[in-house]
Amino acid sequence: MNDPEPIQSQATGGLPISVRGLHMSFGAQEVLRGIDLEIKAGELFVLMGPSGSGKSVFLRQLIGLEQPTTGEVLVDGQSVTDETRHRARMAMVFQSGGLLNSLTVAENVGLYLREHRLRPPSEIARIVSEKLRLVQLPDDTSEKYPPELSGGMRKRVAIARALTMDPQLVLFDEPTSELDPLVALTVGREILRLNRQTQATTVVVTHDRDLAFGIAHRVAFLAEGRIQALGTPTEMRANPLPLLQQFLAADFTPQ
Amino acid sequence: MFRDLGQMLLLLGNTVRGIPQAFRRRRAVGEQLYEIGNASLFMACMLSFFIGGVLALQGGAVLVHRGLGSQVGGLVGLSMCKELAPVMMAILIAGRIGSAMAAELGSMQAYQEVDALRTMNIHPIRYLVLPRLIAIAIALPALVIFSNIVGWLGGAFIASFNPDIAVPYATFMASLKDMVRMRDILHGLLKSFVFAIAIGTISCHHGLQTRGGPRGVGRSVTKAVTNSIVLVLLLDYILTRILLPFDA
Ligand SMILES: Nc1ncnc2c1ncn2[C@@H]1O[C@H](COP(=O)(O)OP(=O)(O)O)[C@@H](O)[C@H]1O
Ligand SMILES: [Mg+2]
Repeated sequence: MNDPEPIQSQATGGLPISVRGLHMSFGAQEVLRGIDLEIKAGELFVLMGPSGSGKSVFLRQLIGLEQPTTGEVLVDGQSVTDETRHRARMAMVFQSGGLLNSLTVAENVGLYLREHRLRPPSEIARIVSEKLRLVQLPDDTSEKYPPELSGGMRKRVAIARALTMDPQLVLFDEPTSELDPLVALTVGREILRLNRQTQATTVVVTHDRDLAFGIAHRVAFLAEGRIQALGTPTEMRANPLPLLQQFLAADFTPQ
Repeated sequence: MFRDLGQMLLLLGNTVRGIPQAFRRRRAVGEQLYEIGNASLFMACMLSFFIGGVLALQGGAVLVHRGLGSQVGGLVGLSMCKELAPVMMAILIAGRIGSAMAAELGSMQAYQEVDALRTMNIHPIRYLVLPRLIAIAIALPALVIFSNIVGWLGGAFIASFNPDIAVPYATFMASLKDMVRMRDILHGLLKSFVFAIAIGTISCHHGLQTRGGPRGVGRSVTKAVTNSIVLVLLLDYILTRILLPFDA
């Protein structure tokens, strides 16, 4: 029996994702050409690939911002749309943060709870400062506006905002792009720690090799519209696939 | 433009369905109203004064020549409230506020703020479009009332001080009061309300339809302003035609 049971919103821990035969085209351009993938509940999964390979497009499919041309994405057995997304707690940290520039940091972080009236204002204020501390932002940032912050701070605010949703699935789009190596390291550690602490299924999309190998349980390599290789970081390093080795070996050292 | 028409009607329908939640958005509506007032009051004042003045100048010369100088006030009063204030204020608002709405929503789209709202299950139309549409629907008719008054005063000023016309203030106003009826003023206000909805819907639509990142914002703004103005002029004809029988 196929029981259309709603996604359990009170369950702790993560949600499993299964992607089947996913194709996505924009006009004549076929960006994703058939992706099959199972991501386990609570897993920290990294999708790595060159720029323009369709990583962001893939992530948008996972959270149902766009519907696939063919194929399906099931989160905990259900497809995700604007109408059904609220049943699961899913959060996405966008590449540019996606913070509302007209709201202060505190208002941004409290936005979800306030709009859905999930908590009284005093409690929202408490949760906001707790989340801001969790991502190690000083208290005086809370009254600033996003354009006044550095890229790294904005990203951490976005993470704090995602955390207020108490998510069972968190998606990160290029969490370390535009960050200097040290801040990138803290953000990477933050993702790792949150995954351990909350047990939320975490999908990170990046072209940053160090981040991918540093935090992932499993890494997938996306190129030319398909998953070319999949495995633990150790397995991936040993994978002889030329496309992958080329991507991993690319650096400035003279040939 | 007409390819978008269906989507715009959909946007408008979605916004209208959100009206029950408008009270929750009162702060945002207030902010929008403040911005509209701030951005347009001075321009509206200048524009209206000179439109009234030009009407008095053009009409006055002809009427005085035929010994009908006492009717200048009525001419200025009617032209202003039925036609020029609603249309000119709509064009001003399309240029000043429609463009700002398209630019703001466009950059929110380009910087993924709209997507972020969707992932938080916050309806972008209720959250972003509703307060803007309500604010513009209040602001434009209010601006037209203001414009009428300033335009009338501008007309009276020019009529009395221009030596070739020299119609005293009292004569001007007496004729205006005699000829302009409440229903003429309402006629203009009704038109401006429809214009406001059109401008707001078009501008928000083009803002939300922004594609191609920050570069797309400029294109959206241009489309919002030109399409708004074209539609305002088109609607002006249609509404005038519809309202004509009620004017008799
Ligand atoms: N909304 C869209 N319309 C048309 N083309 C798109 C759209 N979104 C993405 N693309 C195209 O899909 C390809 C992959 O984009 P993206 O997923 O952003 O790459 P990345 O792996 O760098 O995140 C690019 O060539 C891009 O031009
Ligand atoms: Mg990307």
